Amino acid sequence: MIATLQQLGMWALERLERLGRSHLFILRVAVGLPELLARPGLVVQQIFAIGVLSLPIILVAGLFVGMVLALQLYNTMVNFGAEQSLGPVVALSLVRELGPVVTALLFAGRAGSALAAEIGLMKATEQLSSMEMMAVDPLRRIIAPRFAGGVFAMPMLAAMFSAIGISGGFVVATGLLGVDSNAYWSQMQANVDLFDDVVNGVIKSIVFGIVVTWIAVFEGFDALPTSEGVARATTRTVVNSSLAVLGLDFILTALMFGDNG
Amino acid sequence: MFDETPLVEIRGLRFGYSGRTIFDGVDIDIQRGKVTAIMGPSGTGKTTLLRLIGGQERPLGGTIRVDGASVPDLPRRKLFELRKRMGMLFQSGALLTDLNVFDNVAFPLREHTALPEIMIRDLVLIKLQAVGLRGARELMPSALSGGMARRVALARAIALDPMLMMYDEPFSGQDPISMGVLVKLIRELNDALGMTTIIVSHDVNETADIADYLYLLSEGKVIEHGTPKRLRQSGSEWTRQFLEGLPDGPVPFHYPAPDFAQELLEFPVS
Repeated sequence: MIATLQQLGMWALERLERLGRSHLFILRVAVGLPELLARPGLVVQQIFAIGVLSLPIILVAGLFVGMVLALQLYNTMVNFGAEQSLGPVVALSLVRELGPVVTALLFAGRAGSALAAEIGLMKATEQLSSMEMMAVDPLRRIIAPRFAGGVFAMPMLAAMFSAIGISGGFVVATGLLGVDSNAYWSQMQANVDLFDDVVNGVIKSIVFGIVVTWIAVFEGFDALPTSEGVARATTRTVVNSSLAVLGLDFILTALMFGDNG
Repeated sequence: MFDETPLVEIRGLRFGYSGRTIFDGVDIDIQRGKVTAIMGPSGTGKTTLLRLIGGQERPLGGTIRVDGASVPDLPRRKLFELRKRMGMLFQSGALLTDLNVFDNVAFPLREHTALPEIMIRDLVLIKLQAVGLRGARELMPSALSGGMARRVALARAIALDPMLMMYDEPFSGQDPISMGVLVKLIRELNDALGMTTIIVSHDVNETADIADYLYLLSEGKVIEHGTPKRLRQSGSEWTRQFLEGLPDGPVPFHYPAPDFAQELLEFPVS
């Protein structure tokens, strides 16, 4: 009994210590961010690696999510004679919820895992150590540009996910289900608010971008310098950031839209 | 006038982790302009010693002074300034895998100087010429052999013309030709550039050939030190076993274990 409690205590202490370390880590990275203004090329490289290379998976997923959404919602809405409102419902679902959340989950799987593995391998192959010996701080030269690139890329990817999802919904709604195309767009314009819906969705995607990229770069940097350590860091990145996104989504949704009822 | 004080001065160094003692009262002097080799069996903490000199690890006790500065006490900014005057060749080479050979060698120059690109190009070509790899400047690290990668890393380490050059196991895993090239380069670079060199190695012959002074480490202590000639004539059995590569002696062939015959007669209880 005592041994179990001790183990539980040790486990909790280790988790807390790691959490504290990750906060100190991100603080040190944040201190290095202003220096990137003098070297924008480093961030642009990372936006390409993290954002542009994630575009195919984001666009394809967005298209199918929008199309499925239109099909599913139409089947319910037609029972209430509300099928002309399909446009705003698809748009609101995507802009407020599915855009930021699904993009963040895909982002964690595609870009987060790649970041953690890349940084973990740089550590395992002594590249970070050699950089330190060359008097170059890896937190500023390697981590900060990747963090900035991830935080910058995520809201853009979420916006593109929502945009292509709405277009996919339009194709299904008008081409397959016979919804009037003018109604799809005009109802959407009338019912989707720039600040309440779009801006809140963007805020969510920025928060998710920060959290996922933070977890990815920390896990990579904190990985044991072995192949097993890198594998664990990659797995932990995907699992922890997916759970963090879903948990944070609930909190943010409650804060943003919880008082509407 | 030539400075006679040692460039690196280590006194009473103590270091360990996870309850294991690595160094227990080690004193080492690295003289300016000389090639000093730190030798000892695997696992004696030779690489750790380089990391301590470079300020990547902090000692538990004792002092480490490089060019008069106490490394463990230096604030981060001063430590980084000192590291700009140190070069280190890692065992793996540790080239940045997303940059080609040219950009790897140019990396410290671009990070620490405001030189125009045309000048950086010339400096990189000079360093690559020195290690014989000017023609390989467009290659990515994945296209290099182990020996070539180490030579590129060497060119990068000397890019800022350091006062102190540290080599971590430079000869391990090298074919005879690569090894010969590295041996020649280490000695020539030290003399031509007026550097001070520390080699950490357990390759006795290659290291003793180019070293001016040897330190032999084992079990956390300096066992013996002196010129290669003096150590080869040493009366110490341990030194003789190490330098001549004898399989048995003061360092036993067998890991401590119970009596072999006794163990064969026992039936394991599962």
